[in-house]
Amino acid sequence: MISFVELLMILIALTNLMLVGSSRIAACINLAAAQGVVLSLLPLLVTNDGIGLRAVLLAVVVFSVKGLFLPQLLRRALLTADVKHEVEPWVGFTASIVLNILLLVLSFWVTARLTMPRPMPSPLALPLALSTILTGLFVIISRFNALSQVVGYLVLENGVYLFGLILAPEVPLLVEMGILLDVFVAVFVMGIAIFHISREFDHIDVDQLTTLKD
Amino acid sequence: MDIGSFVPLVLALTVAPLFVGVINRTKAVFAGRVGPPLFQIYYDLRKLLGKGAVYSRTTTWVFRAGPIISLSAVLVAATIIPFGSWAAPLRFPGDLVLFVYLLGLARVFTVLAALDTGSSFEGMGASREVLYSALAEPALILGLAAIARKTNSLSLSEMHQGLGSLWAESGLVPVLVVVALIVVLLTENSRIPVDDPNTHLELTMIHEVMVLDHGGPDFAFIMYAAALKLWVLGTLSVDMLLPARSGVVLVDAVVALAGMFGLAALVGIVESTMARLRLNRVPQLLVGATMISALALVLVYGEAIK
Amino acid sequence: MIIALILIPLVAAMVAFAWRGIVGCGALLAATGLAHAALTAAAWFYPPASVMYGWIELDMTGLLFLSIVSALFFASAVYCVGYLARERSTKHIDLEEHVYFTNEPDRIFAGCMLLFLASMTLVTVSQNFGLLWVAVEATTLASAPLIYFHRHHRSLEATWKYLLICSVGIALALLGTFLLAVSTLVDGTQVARLVRADLIREAARLDSRWLELAFILLLVGYGTKMGLAPMHTWLPDAHSESPSAVSALLSGALLNCAFLGILRIHQVCVAAGRANFSQNLLMTFGLLSMLIAAVFILGQTDFKRMLAYSSVEHMGILALGVGLGGAGVFGAALHAVNHSLTKAALFLVAGNILTAYGTKSVSDVRGLSRVLPLSGMLWVAGFLAITGSPPFGPFLSEFTILKAAIDQGFGLVAVAYLALLALIFIGMASIVLPMAQGKPTVPAAGPGRREVLWSTLPPSLLCILVLIIGVYIPPSLSAALHEVAMSLGGR
Repeated sequence: MISFVELLMILIALTNLMLVGSSRIAACINLAAAQGVVLSLLPLLVTNDGIGLRAVLLAVVVFSVKGLFLPQLLRRALLTADVKHEVEPWVGFTASIVLNILLLVLSFWVTARLTMPRPMPSPLALPLALSTILTGLFVIISRFNALSQVVGYLVLENGVYLFGLILAPEVPLLVEMGILLDVFVAVFVMGIAIFHISREFDHIDVDQLTTLKD
Repeated sequence: MDIGSFVPLVLALTVAPLFVGVINRTKAVFAGRVGPPLFQIYYDLRKLLGKGAVYSRTTTWVFRAGPIISLSAVLVAATIIPFGSWAAPLRFPGDLVLFVYLLGLARVFTVLAALDTGSSFEGMGASREVLYSALAEPALILGLAAIARKTNSLSLSEMHQGLGSLWAESGLVPVLVVVALIVVLLTENSRIPVDDPNTHLELTMIHEVMVLDHGGPDFAFIMYAAALKLWVLGTLSVDMLLPARSGVVLVDAVVALAGMFGLAALVGIVESTMARLRLNRVPQLLVGATMISALALVLVYGEAIK
Repeated sequence: MIIALILIPLVAAMVAFAWRGIVGCGALLAATGLAHAALTAAAWFYPPASVMYGWIELDMTGLLFLSIVSALFFASAVYCVGYLARERSTKHIDLEEHVYFTNEPDRIFAGCMLLFLASMTLVTVSQNFGLLWVAVEATTLASAPLIYFHRHHRSLEATWKYLLICSVGIALALLGTFLLAVSTLVDGTQVARLVRADLIREAARLDSRWLELAFILLLVGYGTKMGLAPMHTWLPDAHSESPSAVSALLSGALLNCAFLGILRIHQVCVAAGRANFSQNLLMTFGLLSMLIAAVFILGQTDFKRMLAYSSVEHMGILALGVGLGGAGVFGAALHAVNHSLTKAALFLVAGNILTAYGTKSVSDVRGLSRVLPLSGMLWVAGFLAITGSPPFGPFLSEFTILKAAIDQGFGLVAVAYLALLALIFIGMASIVLPMAQGKPTVPAAGPGRREVLWSTLPPSLLCILVLIIGVYIPPSLSAALHEVAMSLGGR
């Protein structure tokens, strides 16, 4: 029987891979949404003592926030900013895909050096969490478009959330909700900022925001 | 070497053109046409073998040797591939490396023959072909390496035997490898979305333009070699996708054959529903396929480092 | 009572957002600031009880930082009363590029300021590391719209950088928080909740490798928010483009709140016996911040950016003080108070200068003591204070840290510290003193050049406070600082 958790992990790896390689921003948003949906299924699968109320509640909230609301916010911002495609970043798309695999290898290497305090639901889980974080950071650093950077931030938060889910499932529900709320408001505020940027500058290419410097 | 292990070879030799016929028929059905008969390739081969050949004065022995060597290379490659529950007639540790390089040999001589004509059209097709194959080869090698690592063997036949239990443990690595293999299949055999086999415009051809100057028996060899290559790579994919062993040899064979025709239909569907990619987008597709193979390899190693 | 401290600004923020009038936002700010300050003062005498099973509790460190926040907010709120009134009446022409721009609606400004106050209060009272994270992220989100008060493209660029860099840093801090939770696992069972008191109690049993990893991530994450180099790149832009009252709060209160996060995890490390590890890291980041600040202050052409880099320097001094241990921690705690008060005063005065001269460029401001006598005097006094001259407060705290460095045997660190302080003194002197003297570049009389009460009273009071602390530290403050130092492993 194929382990369902492993299937989800591989899906996350694939979404990371496709995200760094895609130049259409709408596709990036959809991939981040797919990642959110996959993440929402995980609390139901990694519980120690059965599927309780906490797991179901967490799954529902994560699904709605990361899978529905946040991508919708970003799509709305995409409409108002009227951009479709990302210009070729300084690390090209093809090179980004290769780099993503290298980051995955790096994550495997790093996590092999850590001793786990508790049994992991899957040997792939921790390396993939780390590689998602690295992918998010890479997208933020390498992309010029402000919306792509917000998608990178979402992926980063996804990776941190995955980390927390695997390693620290006894974090209180209230804190988890607080974290999700914060991420939601953060993306909301960023969306408003992008709206203002697109109105003020007529583009959302943050590479050109270089007036302030020493 | 029992008689059973020659069956895959015989099957390959006889059924390969039918495979191409199924693809063409699927495309026709999708387009609402009746399409050519399923055995059209056989008729074409018979016609071509009966014709004479015209050779340009600017060509050398390379031009004549090209089709022959590429056909022989593909024939030897066909003896390495297992089918159904039969092992291949030719098997030894490391035969997967031989397999990859035999395909490379076939390709090299096709390209050399094309360059030998001295025409710029063939040269253009040759350069494109070499680029795409250079990008597709890592996908093939890394994918095979992932399966080899997983089944701890370096022989295609042994990998095929070992795959039965693979699905029980982690059925996802073979799926990733099969996806990469299908992209390689489409690339090596010049199918849409990499190349259009039916195009008449030389500027958009890749494979077709390389063989533009061959005629008669040479072209028959090339066509047959192309059909065999399609069969060989298709068998590799289907072997990984359907490794179910039921114990009865004939049932496995029928299942594998059905898988092959399913794959032919799939290729036909892909050709009918997709458009050909822009030439500068193809490297991206190929790198993506390579990365999927690399992902499979990393996952296999990652599970081993537990 | 703690809940009231958080709820009052929250409710006031709701009122502000719903406000439909044109005037009144300034008054709302001042009133809430007064109420908050009164409650905080009361907390000094009647320590409040803990709430939510120890998740929210006011310990001495939290109370100290809360008082700083409250005092600064009240000063800024009073300043804002007049500031908002004047902004309503003047035309908005961008000073550097002479384009027209609009301002943010007053109600959004006031609402976000109050949300900012509420979230900073939450930071100071959180004992649970998860809640602390939520509060710090909330401060980022509440303060971002404040930077974008003057709606032109430079402030938008500053806002975007601030949002993105701080959010990324804080996401790393979240990872650190999760790793901290992992360190509480011993043989598969959790020995302590993520509450600070629990963690300190069980500190000896925590897994030290995960704890050290958590510390590194939390230091980098909250350090981004605090302005430690090399994560400080958002700081000069954000602090120079925002209105002066907001800059005062950002420099004086927000950086301290981020520092509080680092202090909390440092406490756990000290209790777990890994003090050496965390102290070395803190010292490294501290010295690096001071170095970067010195490099960028020399030859600075924008006086608000100069103040921003000065904040980077002082955050470095704070980190260095805590990293030295011993008496250095007392010095760092005292310095937190001193720096906040002084920097807030400086920023408010900078606001006055900006209004009077219409430029942020240093070379265009001359003769300040003639155009704005009181502000000019405060400007020079503030400069002397912030660079550590007696008789002002920062001299005492910086001297304490220096003495601690020499006592602990970190001779090289002491030399570097002194050298960098001297460099920064030279840099700032070459900027500030010419501004105060010389022939005025604008006529002495004119709009925006009157010294009104609301623009001079808050900075004057803050400067007087700094002067008093420099000469005489009240015993209650001294006792409080000692308590803070003891809890952090100092003397």
